[in-house]
Amino acid sequence: MSSTMVDFDYARPSRLAEAVRLLAGEPGAKALAGGQSLIPVLKQRLARPTLLVDLQALPELRGIEVAPDVVRIGAFTRHAEVASDAAIAEALPALSAMARGIAHPQVRHMGTIGGSLAHHDPGADYPAAVLGLAATVVTDRRRIPADGFFLGLFETALEPGELVLCVEFPRHRRSGYCKMPHPASGLVNAGAWVTRLPDGVRVAVNGAAPCVFRHESAERCLAGRFEPAALAALRTPAEGLNADLHASAAYRARLVDVALQRATAMALQH
Amino acid sequence: MGRLNVTLYVNGQVQSHEVEGRTLLVHYLRQHCGLTGTHVGCDTTQCGCCTVLLDGRAVKACTVLAAQAQGCEVTTIEGIGSVERLHPLQEAFRRHHALQCGFCTPGMVMQGLDIVARGRGGDPDAVRHDLEGNLCRCTGYQNIVEAIVEFARDGAQPRGEPAPR
Repeated sequence: MSSTMVDFDYARPSRLAEAVRLLAGEPGAKALAGGQSLIPVLKQRLARPTLLVDLQALPELRGIEVAPDVVRIGAFTRHAEVASDAAIAEALPALSAMARGIAHPQVRHMGTIGGSLAHHDPGADYPAAVLGLAATVVTDRRRIPADGFFLGLFETALEPGELVLCVEFPRHRRSGYCKMPHPASGLVNAGAWVTRLPDGVRVAVNGAAPCVFRHESAERCLAGRFEPAALAALRTPAEGLNADLHASAAYRARLVDVALQRATAMALQH
Repeated sequence: MGRLNVTLYVNGQVQSHEVEGRTLLVHYLRQHCGLTGTHVGCDTTQCGCCTVLLDGRAVKACTVLAAQAQGCEVTTIEGIGSVERLHPLQEAFRRHHALQCGFCTPGMVMQGLDIVARGRGGDPDAVRHDLEGNLCRCTGYQNIVEAIVEFARDGAQPRGEPAPR
């Protein structure tokens, strides 16, 4: 077999309790959702699990519910399902547009929102929406507010064996998202999510730094006047931003400034 | 590690093989089923040469475990036409000279079928957008787009977005 991965056992439980037991019972166990982030990681041998627990048969992780105040998306909902859901497009148009633009169609047919969040690649899209909308990540153990979920590069507040069940997004239609993706990989070099709340503005920046973050000076600019021109004088500092062969930190800082204005313009259309 | 038996419905036939947990769908198809029309171009989810239909939806078979597909229907390039009787989309590829070296072609055809099935085949811009995950190093995109658009306009039946699995 020409696989570059270290071999592992595979299990596909059909009940949540069984999945939790499998994940708790073996130190090398890891949850598998769509696999669009995890399988590439396994190929690079950056992770060497001894057991993969496939979550695809768990009904507790499925379903989309659009309630009066909240949109609840099951963790195993694939990007293509979010992208084509008419109720989400009506309730949260920016989230719908984001899902339509994740990677490419083949990845959207497999990848899931829960997997994207648990993996927390700095170039992923969903973390910006979760932080920018002040969503809540619901696990089998607790409810984690977005502000406490993303801790660093590939690091979240999830404990070993803890499973994301769903994500609850407050219904704020007036949101916008703009990303500058790497043209080959599709990963985000710099992106911005902007949401106008009844009592202020939330801004989340992804791709530019090791961890998605709130952009507080942009929030202050937009709280005074919610329009792209309010950001004209803003210069995001380059300190702490990622620098690699795709973009320097200073270039990423400039991309963030542009993405912020475009995301704000998009929010005004909703 | 433990081996497992994976049963799939490939091109309308039952396939059942004992494989390792780490076995990728593309290797299952090529090495266990002998279906080498599905190509491995990059093995890193970028080139799209390994695109197959999994329960009717295009996926990259280098980034799906065979075990994940357990019990599913898989359609590969061998399942849609033959040398003697090409699929209408393959005919359109031939008519438009939509291939040069041919390495990306199985993935392009399977992705083209997915695009048309989702009702996006009539719009050249949508076709281009949805070919984002398929690379052709002979730079033949223009003719590939024309072939898919022609196939979509000549009577292929879109069936909308497939139901979630």
